[in-house]
Amino acid sequence: MSGDAATRQKRSRWALWLPLGLFAAFLLLVFYGLVRPANRDIESAMVGKPLPEFALPQAVPEREGLSKADFATGEPSLLNIFASWCIPCAIEAPQLEQLRQEGVTVNGIAIRDRTEDLNGFLERNGNPFERIGADNVSAVQLGIGSSGVPETFVIDGQGVIRYQHIGMVRDADLPLIRSKLMEAGQ
Amino acid sequence: MNRFLAALLLLSLAVPAVAQDGLPPAPYAYQQLEDPALEAKAQKLMETLRCLKCQSQAIADSDAPMAGDMRSEVRMRIAAGEEPEAVRQWLVERYGDYVSYSPRLTALTWPLFVVPLVLVLLAVFLLRGRFRRKDEP
Repeated sequence: MSGDAATRQKRSRWALWLPLGLFAAFLLLVFYGLVRPANRDIESAMVGKPLPEFALPQAVPEREGLSKADFATGEPSLLNIFASWCIPCAIEAPQLEQLRQEGVTVNGIAIRDRTEDLNGFLERNGNPFERIGADNVSAVQLGIGSSGVPETFVIDGQGVIRYQHIGMVRDADLPLIRSKLMEAGQ
Repeated sequence: MNRFLAALLLLSLAVPAVAQDGLPPAPYAYQQLEDPALEAKAQKLMETLRCLKCQSQAIADSDAPMAGDMRSEVRMRIAAGEEPEAVRQWLVERYGDYVSYSPRLTALTWPLFVVPLVLVLLAVFLLRGRFRRKDEP
């Protein structure tokens, strides 16, 4: 009789602590989520696929517009998604210029931009671009799965997207981008 | 009164400066479709698509320029006769499942559907004694 009561008490004690244990586990999960630096980058699912058909008008008078056909040169190139109103875009300009001087073709798509603003931007930060297309409703940006500025895509000589770099191109990113360009050229 | 009018005027001048860029919004960013049935379809879809700039919001709720561009893209595709699920699929092909607020049942997402069920069963198990009539006073 007393033994039966003891086992029942033992079992109910176990059951009593379980919800608290679950709650503690939940709290741990919450703190882990708060402390861990979350990665908010959205990778394009278009890597490995060809560019969509597009033909953008010129964004500034000094550079031609940009269309899909401009990438079918047989040589890999970079496609930089940028805007004059984007501050990291100004910071990455010297790195893009560096790549241009190494012989890399850099094409640009200006997102929601005005010619006079762009002219000022290119004057201040230099113009590494071979061509600049004006995407005033983010249509091509949506078409290639880009979710912000700046982003830089490696495009192979057949117009297939081979690599996506999210955020500005820093000096430390250059070796990886060079190697992705080499890969795309093979 | 004049002061009030001047303040109103200043306020109306200040609004465009708040925008991130100086361009007018895409054609259907803030403009509903002419056909109410198509607009209802588009609206329902837009409430379940994630804004990529403001990731806790749907594109229907967001004033980010990119969300406006996405609304315009969605409305134009619906107006051209595409089914809402086809438009969703078009976006998922570009941004992955993350862009959709309507989770599909896949090898990765099944715990989303199973875990609540397990928790309810566990609660019933833990509370089963509470629902039993007491035999002895």
